[in-house]
Amino acid sequence: MSNATFEPRLVGFLCNWCSYTGADLAGTARMTYAPNVRIIRVMCSGRVDPQFVLKAFKEGADGVLISGCHLGDCHYKEGNYKALRRYKLLSKMLEQFGIEKERFRLEWVSAAEGIKFQQVCNEFTEQVRKMGPLNLSPNGGQHE
Amino acid sequence: MINLTIDGKKIEVEDGKTILQAAAKNDIRIPTLCYHPVLEPYAACRICVVEVGLRGKTDLLTACNTKAQEGMEVQTRSKRALGARRMNVEMLLARAPAAEPIQKLAKELGIEKTRFAVKDPNEKCILCGLCVRACEQIVGASAISFVERGTERKVTPPFGEPSEACIGCTACAYFCPTGAITYEDKYGRKVIHEELHLGPTTAIRVPIRQAVPMVPFIDTDACIHFKTGECKVCAKVCDREAVNYDAQDEVIEVEAGTIILASGFKSFDAKRIPAYGYGRFPNVISALDFERLVNASGPTGGKIKLADGSEPTAVGIVHCVGSRDENYNEYCSRVCCMYALKFAHLIHEKAHADVYNFYIDLRCFGKGYEEFYHRLLKEGTKFIRGRVSDISDMALTKHEEGKLIIRVEDTLLGMVRRIPVDMVILATGLEPGLDQNQLAKIFNISCSQDTFFLERHPKLAPMSTFSDGIFLAGTCQAPRDIPDTVAQAGGAAAEALALADKGTFALEPVTAEINKDLCSGCQVCVGLCPFTAIVYEKDEGHSEINDALCKGCGTCVAACPSGAAQQKHFRDAQIFAEIEGIFLV
Repeated sequence: MSNATFEPRLVGFLCNWCSYTGADLAGTARMTYAPNVRIIRVMCSGRVDPQFVLKAFKEGADGVLISGCHLGDCHYKEGNYKALRRYKLLSKMLEQFGIEKERFRLEWVSAAEGIKFQQVCNEFTEQVRKMGPLNLSPNGGQHE
Repeated sequence: MINLTIDGKKIEVEDGKTILQAAAKNDIRIPTLCYHPVLEPYAACRICVVEVGLRGKTDLLTACNTKAQEGMEVQTRSKRALGARRMNVEMLLARAPAAEPIQKLAKELGIEKTRFAVKDPNEKCILCGLCVRACEQIVGASAISFVERGTERKVTPPFGEPSEACIGCTACAYFCPTGAITYEDKYGRKVIHEELHLGPTTAIRVPIRQAVPMVPFIDTDACIHFKTGECKVCAKVCDREAVNYDAQDEVIEVEAGTIILASGFKSFDAKRIPAYGYGRFPNVISALDFERLVNASGPTGGKIKLADGSEPTAVGIVHCVGSRDENYNEYCSRVCCMYALKFAHLIHEKAHADVYNFYIDLRCFGKGYEEFYHRLLKEGTKFIRGRVSDISDMALTKHEEGKLIIRVEDTLLGMVRRIPVDMVILATGLEPGLDQNQLAKIFNISCSQDTFFLERHPKLAPMSTFSDGIFLAGTCQAPRDIPDTVAQAGGAAAEALALADKGTFALEPVTAEINKDLCSGCQVCVGLCPFTAIVYEKDEGHSEINDALCKGCGTCVAACPSGAAQQKHFRDAQIFAEIEGIFLV
């Protein structure tokens, strides 16, 4: 598969209150954007377990996006701070697994920022497309 | 009770009262000079002398310190009493010819000139000792006292030098009946407003005219009693005996089903913008200072005056101080445009001064507001569009001398202008209260980025919070004016009542739960929960979630190392299945 036609498969964990509504807004406003991000709704970005991200990469994702409310705007007060903490630690861990940190992204998108969601999707898709598919060894990197 | 007659009138008084008190209670006037109801009587001036008959004997006695006795026959204006009083006043007139109350009394008693030698025609002190007694009995400082004897007797601090014991309370000057004691003003002029202190006030006062409850409090930093342990004048004059010096702050616990938060705002501190000179120039005042100044019950009786007491001829009003400014607060404070226009109108009406408004945009958004703006335009208020860069007193030309110069870029003319004015009012914006974050923690609610309380929904639930039963009203949620606040508060009250009446509320369906068999009791989740909904049960060795407090964010679930915590409808297994499902297509 050449990079020009490569369509990356991306998973997005979006919080119910800001980013999911922001994505909804992008849709109702009929904005066109890369369809590569498959969205999974969670109540809060703080609900995103690092296992979910690892599972997504294992299942074949080329990139993972986590998106929540802007810092200070969390519906649950501070869930997005927890998400930020986990993101920073998990980024380091992913690199050790051989997954480039550019494949893992955290963005703050509010319910009013349909345009920002559109931009994030387009940018992230383009970025991962340039990087090419994620090559994980089929047995999860373990020696037989 | 004691029965006596005063000027032939039969009078009954309580035991221990003086003749003067008995007379005053029955509207019989006995002139006094050295008497004050809150001080011990001293009988120094002897103006209150009356003729007292008792058991067939008559005598001249001072009414202020003679206790009423059974069967006394008191004559306040008998020939003998008046004669003695006249002589006393004549002698006092020789001692203190410049004292106005003495001159007045002398005139009343028909004395035109004193026969005795006048030592100093400018003397005012009559040696009544009110000041000495006030300083000792009320202030507790004893900074002044009588010295010398006979004609040399005078009141002075020790060795005639400024005394360290003097606390500068000016009580002596207040008690002086003849104005013999004066005190100097700080700058050799009457200070009307210096920074925030717009005028003198008393240590016991009602905080504001609209205070609820409308009761006075004691400012313990200013009260003489809390400095010296003496005074207690307010308790002496309060016949309801309501003054309590031992009152302490207390914590009152109230059980409530619903709560409305209306904790209000904090005015932007204009000192944070040094270029505007607030706190440096006495005539640069904030919006709240001006409100106090222009208030009919304020220090100037509602007259608009400069720090030196004169009236301004030109006033500048600077809009958006601390609002709509990336350096301070990005949001619009909503109320400033309209109160600034109100100020302009008041200045026009009361001081007939030129008013310059320096604005970015005029936001006259409410009912009748735009019309008010047009009225001001007709009144001749000047509007200059542009943000003021600085305010200084550095004059470049002659007509700028002695003025405050406002430097501003007039964006409609496209040039920098210098406007000389006498007074500048800074239209300070609204900021969240200082303890906003603390309150949010107590009530388990969130703040938005600007630290105003976050409402459940900006359009559909503007007075509710994410905590059921806690409602918001007014500027703790966002800057708003009075009509909007009243409307929101009414709505919040109705919602609170509706919920209280119903008695129940619906829980979120997506709350988290902990599987007791899997939970190892590590308590990672306890510290993470922003709603303090998780409690570790020490005896049972596992944590438990309170369904009523859990809002269902799932933070604890993501952190649980053993998978014991799960969120209903967002279980790990469900989300794993979703991830797998995505890649089937």
